[in-house]
Amino acid sequence: MSAAGTTIPGTFGAALLIARKDLAVELRSRAAFLSAVVFALLAAAIFYFAWDPTAVPSIDLAPGVLWVIFTFSSLLGLNRSFAAEHADRALDGLLLAPVSREAIFLGKALSNFVFVVGVQLVAVPAVAILYNVPLDRAAWGIVGIGMLAAVGLVAVGTLFSAMAVNTRLAELLLPMLSLPFFVPIVMAAAQASARILNGRPYTDFAGWVRLLVAFDLVFVTACTLAYPYTIER
Amino acid sequence: MDPGVDAVVHAAALTRHFGRCRAVDRVTFSLFPGGCLAVFGPNGAGKTTLLRMLAGLLQPSEGSAQVGGVTLPGGASARATVGLISHHSMLYPALTARENVEFAAKLQGLPQPRQAAAHTLAALRVDSWADVPVRALSRGLQQRVSIARALVHGPKVVLLDEPFTGLDAVGSAALGDTLAELKNAAVGLILVTHHLQEGLAVATHVAVMRSGRFVRYESREAIEGDAYAEGYLELAAAAQ
Repeated sequence: MSAAGTTIPGTFGAALLIARKDLAVELRSRAAFLSAVVFALLAAAIFYFAWDPTAVPSIDLAPGVLWVIFTFSSLLGLNRSFAAEHADRALDGLLLAPVSREAIFLGKALSNFVFVVGVQLVAVPAVAILYNVPLDRAAWGIVGIGMLAAVGLVAVGTLFSAMAVNTRLAELLLPMLSLPFFVPIVMAAAQASARILNGRPYTDFAGWVRLLVAFDLVFVTACTLAYPYTIER
Repeated sequence: MDPGVDAVVHAAALTRHFGRCRAVDRVTFSLFPGGCLAVFGPNGAGKTTLLRMLAGLLQPSEGSAQVGGVTLPGGASARATVGLISHHSMLYPALTARENVEFAAKLQGLPQPRQAAAHTLAALRVDSWADVPVRALSRGLQQRVSIARALVHGPKVVLLDEPFTGLDAVGSAALGDTLAELKNAAVGLILVTHHLQEGLAVATHVAVMRSGRFVRYESREAIEGDAYAEGYLELAAAAQ
């Protein structure tokens, strides 16, 4: 019980500690990840059975299906993000630590990013197989767009998860708050993905990539700065 | 008390409203190193709100407070001086007792978090369960791990909200010994409890809170246990 020689972690050091803790908790329970993966696979299958291949070519439909699946399966993980801190008021333990509030947000966002990318790693091959989409040439492009979109999704979703967790209707409130903000991400990601899958040159979708980068920069900064104001004072 | 020693906690007219309700109303007191203020009071008296303000989790609406020499809200430096033990465990059920305490030690920036966690768990006599997930522990053992989490960084001030709740005889004895050690180490303690005997056993000062105010505040030496208990029960019954 000694306080001698303490070196309080900086914002990024503390964020890494919090993200590692969150991922350790998720690895032990796997509840949210398994739910999100099963949801993604079921949604891909339902879209497949509702699809008329003679009316819409798979290459046109797959990007939209992919981004709808990402959006809703991500919400499952984002919902759990702060709910796990709420049960035994573990969040109070974080707030009592001598680390910045921004570090708590960034730690949560980082673990959510790993979660969303993990779901993408299962969902992309599943959609590619079901819709017979050739990923060989487009794989790196889809990975890049997936990463850019995931950053924006988790920034907005993590902030709204923190806000919604203290309400009785958290599971309903999070999608209601988040989905309007997800529209630019889903639109840009789906448009860029469609062009990548069709083998178009980068200049054809550079505008959508720029929109994703701009959204990420603005919302990561804004959400990090806004998070301390969501905490009860 | 030695007037040359600065108070570890000093509250001056500390007030907190929630809308029109004054949960804490102009509370003033000082606590010196090695002192223990036991705060008694019925449910809804404002005891937990007072502790949450002193821990930096709530901002005062009016008044001021210094904790560990830092004026609130003092940011990270103030939070490093405080340990809060609440009736909520603040633990992660999926992690083991050791991982929970070690995580708290890392956030506090301790140079050897693993050793610090092991030492604190041993002090609370819960080291045999160090590698068991918290969700598999009984309520009493969880409470002891929660106390270890709050004390691992060696805070100057420890705030205790009903810490004896859920503890068995071994747990209560371990907590009693730990509180005595903390007092000897010049740590300031503020203990909120319904249990008069447990509070009076460790207190150097006692206060009774009602409707957000300290309606009694005196030195432990100045009171006689049985008469105080009788008076308190009358006061608590009148508040219901």
